[in-house]
Amino acid sequence: MTNINNHTVIIGGGHNGLVCAAYLAKAGKQVTVLEAAEQVGGAAITREFAPGFKVSAGAHLLFMLDKNVRKELSLDTAGLSFSQQNMKTTALAGDGNHLVITGDSLQGANVSDSDRKAMKEYRRFMNRFAGIINRLNNRIPPRLVTRERSDWVSLAKMALNVRLLGKHDMREFLRISGINIYDVLQENFDNPLLKGALSLDGVLGTNLGPRSNNSVFCALHRLSGLQGMAMPRGGMGAVSNALANVARQQGATIRTSATVSSILMDGDHVSGVELADGEQIAATTVISSADPKTTFLKLLGARNLEAGFVRKIQNIRMQGNVAKLHLALDGAPEFNGLNQNQLGDRILIAPDIEYVERAFDQSKYGQYSVKPVAEISIPSVHDDSLAPPGKHVLSAVVQYAPYQLQAGWSAEKAAFTDQVVDLLASYAPGIHSRIIHKELLTPVDIEHEFRITGGHWHHGELALDQFLMLRPAPHSAQYASPVRGLFLCGAGSHPGGGVMGSAGRNAAHAILGAKDIEDEHS
Amino acid sequence: MSQISRIEPIDFSTKAHYLTKAFRSPFYSRQEPLNHLKEWGRWADYLSPGAYTCSAMEYFACRNTCTVFDLTPMTKYHISGKDALPYLNRLVTRDVSKIKTGRVGYCVWCADDGQVIDDGTIFHLEDNDYRLCSQERHLDWLLTNTVGFDVLVTEETHELAALALQGPTSCATLRKMGLDGIEEMKLFDIKYYSLDDTQLMISRTGFTGDLGYELWVDAADAETLWDRLFEAGKLHGIQPMGDEALQMLRIEAGFIQAGHDFMPAHATVRTGHTRSPFELGLSWLVDFKKPVFNGRRALLEEQKHGHRYNLVKLDIDGNKPAHDSFVYTKNNKLVGTVTSAMWSPSAKASIALASVEVPHGKTGEELLVEIYYQKELKWSRVMARARVVSEVFFNPPRKRQTPPADF
Repeated sequence: MTNINNHTVIIGGGHNGLVCAAYLAKAGKQVTVLEAAEQVGGAAITREFAPGFKVSAGAHLLFMLDKNVRKELSLDTAGLSFSQQNMKTTALAGDGNHLVITGDSLQGANVSDSDRKAMKEYRRFMNRFAGIINRLNNRIPPRLVTRERSDWVSLAKMALNVRLLGKHDMREFLRISGINIYDVLQENFDNPLLKGALSLDGVLGTNLGPRSNNSVFCALHRLSGLQGMAMPRGGMGAVSNALANVARQQGATIRTSATVSSILMDGDHVSGVELADGEQIAATTVISSADPKTTFLKLLGARNLEAGFVRKIQNIRMQGNVAKLHLALDGAPEFNGLNQNQLGDRILIAPDIEYVERAFDQSKYGQYSVKPVAEISIPSVHDDSLAPPGKHVLSAVVQYAPYQLQAGWSAEKAAFTDQVVDLLASYAPGIHSRIIHKELLTPVDIEHEFRITGGHWHHGELALDQFLMLRPAPHSAQYASPVRGLFLCGAGSHPGGGVMGSAGRNAAHAILGAKDIEDEHS
Repeated sequence: MSQISRIEPIDFSTKAHYLTKAFRSPFYSRQEPLNHLKEWGRWADYLSPGAYTCSAMEYFACRNTCTVFDLTPMTKYHISGKDALPYLNRLVTRDVSKIKTGRVGYCVWCADDGQVIDDGTIFHLEDNDYRLCSQERHLDWLLTNTVGFDVLVTEETHELAALALQGPTSCATLRKMGLDGIEEMKLFDIKYYSLDDTQLMISRTGFTGDLGYELWVDAADAETLWDRLFEAGKLHGIQPMGDEALQMLRIEAGFIQAGHDFMPAHATVRTGHTRSPFELGLSWLVDFKKPVFNGRRALLEEQKHGHRYNLVKLDIDGNKPAHDSFVYTKNNKLVGTVTSAMWSPSAKASIALASVEVPHGKTGEELLVEIYYQKELKWSRVMARARVVSEVFFNPPRKRQTPPADF
């Protein structure tokens, strides 16, 4: 039995749980991580989905990993390496005249000179504004109603960062950060394929269409890692494994197949957790990387919380609208107009922005998109550890696929899967005959496999009203909770989802009592 | 964990509210001929008489014989199910497990920020079976509170008729009505009788600070109850009473009222205009031994950092009621306002409830009250001296005496 006087339990061994464990263990805390699945990683895992074929079953591209986490935890020496970095994006055109986006330069798709010029300016200001979000990501959100001086300092720094953009950019930042990406792209560009491709930055992984407000904010959030797209060697699980290695080196205990069924209370303080098999583990501090609804309503129970807070947690918007397709292929797929080298790019199906909006429209009424959008990666092009020689793995984020499908996913999943494969076939004829095995994860499957309420992989919609001191809800936004000894460290907390690790790092600092953790490196 | 919560649909077609724009009490047919002033106030969208004949006479009737006040518009919620007790314990600040079956308890409930939403009474009817009565409507909040509890919350305001029979001859009147053993009821007891074929519930409760009872029947039996009661009370000076007299009685008794002495938190827009239980003199209703209840965290903080206000009883020099007055220290520093005031015929004093800033309001403190009054349209002002007192202004032994004296 562990020393109950100073024992910290972390619920969930996803990347944020592991980051938090590593920092706390490094600071000398006695930490046990309890992961329900057979392997650590949560939605940042690599797993086999067909004999000999492995895939990043959740997130499949890495572009937000907190640089502080990577550096402070020395992930590069703990097993993290990349099969590909600074990936290009190729947006597929029906006629094979595809658009290739490399940073701020464009090739193909008959892009006009004015669009090329606009792209330079668009990237400039979007990256600049993303820098503001980046600085917010690495700090404990300040409270708005507060007696603490540190909160006021933090608020003042936030305001100063915005002011330092200068008159023109500050005005532009304030103008666009709350609006929709459709309007911003219409203002800047003409080329339909370009607008379609860029609009995905604002809507991938969310329950938004290009015309939904907050889609610019989502795009900025997505860019706020300030790094290019990359693929970890061995898939996304490599990130989690590296984190687990560091946490273990620092002295943390990590248990898998240990499903927490409830958080135990002694009076108004947590006293530990109970596992599904009835085992009780005592702890003075319990940190949950599970989503806020799971943490508060399922594991802790609404009756241990005050009613106003329960209502806020219930009202968190977190309905997934994204499916994940995995294909095991007998050989490399052949896309019209794409050469073998380009197969390793990030490939998009979003022919124009109206197409994306229409795809979203159907999901609003409980139907999946008849013509979905997709972000495709074929990691086996650069990483031979994922598929047998000569064979390939295709991974695609597909939307829209609403969590609450009117007809129910058990009835419609097969039809939707076929439709998505047919869509791929319209760009890659002959892909049908290459498929050895296919797997589609609907939001309901994602909810089940990754234990995320609503199957929303950000643990709650990313939006201005669910960010900073409002994430997941006031009175739990500084990683603490209304219950003594219970903390949050997952994507449901600031700064949200994506494989970042910032929530885990911020949480660890909040728990260790650091007032200001803004790093010196950035 | 199963969760049941539902709203009983109300058949509005039987209420004819679209014609009257207000509900009529099930006692309306009896009230209407007695209402000589033909003036109706409104209480929770019910017609409610301010006074039937003369509020002063009704007040004196209550203090000297007995009066009948129609309680039907008071919101009444039925709370039942396996988790009724833990549900209520999370809802209100006091320990509800101390209210035994067949007893009534006064309580107050707060929002998460520790500010008072309303006060009311909890009737412990049976095991896992309670009634919550209050002035304001709370169905939304009560249903919000059901998450995670196996509990059924039903609004029964319209289905349940209720009368308050208050005053020194109230017990004798009920005995005359044939309610054997009524004199054995202690303050806050509940007892059941039959009224013809239906049930009559009696609680020894009230809002007047006097000997008194509250009588509860199905709305369908309302008129029978009224008739029996007035028949039995004929020789005991029974009178109908309206809201104006009730206001006088409750201020003398030191009872606070939502909308007068505090703003219900859910109806308050401006920050700082609400009050915590501590700031209403209700700290005895806050039980921190309970590990969780709405407002607990905020109230613990408040205890640490201090309260902002004290609710005090003032004994004011002179005979001018201090309605809406500002309260000053002897050095003329503004420290608060009067929330309820009256000339008390029973205490023979100008009395008031007032909310004053901490640290003021300690018992015995001398304050000044700025009273504006007019005589024949001529306004005058007086700075009246006032003392903070600890005892309520009217607290007769008969309020608690069991058995009560026979009048």
